[in-house]
Amino acid sequence: MTARPLWKTALGVVFTALMLFPVYWMVNVSLTPTGDLRRSDPNWFPSDPTFEGYTAALSQQLPSLGTSLGVGLGCVALTVAIAAPAGYALAVLNLRGGRALNFLLLVAQMIPAVVMAMGFYAIYVRLDLLNTVWGLIVADSTIAVPFGVLLYTTFMAGIPRDLVHAARIDGAGAWRTFTKVVLPVSRNSTLTVALFAFLWAWSDFIFASTLSRSGEYVPITLGIYQYIGNNTTQWNAIMATAVIASLPAAILLVVAQRYVAAGVTAGAVKD
Amino acid sequence: MTTTSVEATGRASGGAAGVSPAAPGRNGRRGLPGTARHWTAIGFAAPLLAYLAVFYAYPLWRNIELSVHDYTVRAFVQGDPAFAGFEKYAEVFASDAFPAALVNTAVFTLVSIAFQYAIGLALAVFFHANFRLSGVLRALFLVPWLLPLIVSSSTWAWMLNSDNGIVNSVIEAFGGSQINWLTSPDTALTAVIIANIWLGVPFNLVILHAGLQQIPDELYEAASLDGATARQRFWRITFPLLRPVSAITLLLGFIYTLKVVDVIWIMTTGGPGDASLTLAVWSYREAFGTGQPDFSPAAAIGNLLIVIALVFGFVHLRMQRDWEKS
Repeated sequence: MTARPLWKTALGVVFTALMLFPVYWMVNVSLTPTGDLRRSDPNWFPSDPTFEGYTAALSQQLPSLGTSLGVGLGCVALTVAIAAPAGYALAVLNLRGGRALNFLLLVAQMIPAVVMAMGFYAIYVRLDLLNTVWGLIVADSTIAVPFGVLLYTTFMAGIPRDLVHAARIDGAGAWRTFTKVVLPVSRNSTLTVALFAFLWAWSDFIFASTLSRSGEYVPITLGIYQYIGNNTTQWNAIMATAVIASLPAAILLVVAQRYVAAGVTAGAVKD
Repeated sequence: MTTTSVEATGRASGGAAGVSPAAPGRNGRRGLPGTARHWTAIGFAAPLLAYLAVFYAYPLWRNIELSVHDYTVRAFVQGDPAFAGFEKYAEVFASDAFPAALVNTAVFTLVSIAFQYAIGLALAVFFHANFRLSGVLRALFLVPWLLPLIVSSSTWAWMLNSDNGIVNSVIEAFGGSQINWLTSPDTALTAVIIANIWLGVPFNLVILHAGLQQIPDELYEAASLDGATARQRFWRITFPLLRPVSAITLLLGFIYTLKVVDVIWIMTTGGPGDASLTLAVWSYREAFGTGQPDFSPAAAIGNLLIVIALVFGFVHLRMQRDWEKS
């Protein structure tokens, strides 16, 4: 065992504190009384914390939080429903033209969201799908589906063939093999895909601000944006909304850190 | 449409591609006869193929169509735009905003990824040492990456606020003078780059850290026995062996940064004037940012972005293929 010097830990804490300072600042401002917000030397600590920002945020933004939750969950369901069978086809059933399909998916991830947004807008205008939850779910899922397929394919390609063969010998068809063997084994991949599909849909700003700008179903990201436009004096309420909007990310990081790291490195690092 | 093109390209590249997946393929085919198996595979991939056709190919096609017509708001609803050919592209290239947006895009992307990579690599090497709490601290570094962009962008906007921002408050405490970060044409681009660097460091850190884990410890032990200093170990072992991971990280960073709209739009809306306007933000501004949506030039700029992204995408694929071979 080599000695693990404490100064490195201390330095690490300093780096992390610097990195997370904006996050701390967001929380600090959210607790600052409205009267102190315009002071030229801001309070470094919430010495006189107030929850007026949170009360304002919750009273006005609760419906948006509900919309975002619905859109996020819908996006998870759609993404997994499309990506899991496709991964099975590519990795286990050796779909002909699979490499070309993989290539298309990589290319799909490079298309700027603003371009997709314009295409969707042009289509939704005609179909009257603007400002609908379904329209937003579909648009948001385009961020996650290519990622999901690539992640499933990589994982399922590593499932021992004997496992699949054993199911076949027992008389299971392709569908049963998929639902009874391959899907349960791929549980971690499903969690990673679901986690990112949810986070990306929850965080999306571009599709929300183009396809769901008005109407009753406004997601939380757009709620914050309109908040900034409407009342620039109440930054404590804006930051309080921002804190609330960050909660899913914080919870997922605590509960599912392993899957987060798996998703970030997927595709970029060869295991 | 998509299905046939997939099939065609699949067959064309089949000769070269057939080498690596051959082994599992032959084993896998034992269960079912070839054609039945083929159709089963297509059945499982069908939702994805339909999805790609309807929700990727069709929006992209609409986008190309937008760019070669003259879409006014009225024509948009009624669907009878005049054909314009490459007129809209010519307008974009001739526009005053074009050189500004091109330079801003280059500066924004290159400066952002250079700093993200350098800071990410330094932190990855630092955290690689596995000291007490290193795992927890490294996980905390992911926070900026996971936050919704609207959250981090508006926090940065408030921190950089001219009169009430914490950044100016600190600068003034040290005797500096107030900087109008977001409202002065001289600093707006710098301000959004700073925020964007902060956003990108976690991604670089995680990937480069994972890359470091793959370098065998014995190499470092051997180098230590030979009396190599920490600096020598970094430049002679870490850096060269990390090259493939670095290349992928930089390239993905480039492609992601090229697309960035949210951060800039929320902080400065590309302004003041065109001071922090990038191609992606410009496209967004033309289509959705003003009261007067102008979809045709916006689509033209968007298609230009796709072309740039594709060029680098092909470089990425080449690199990955070379890497898999090695």
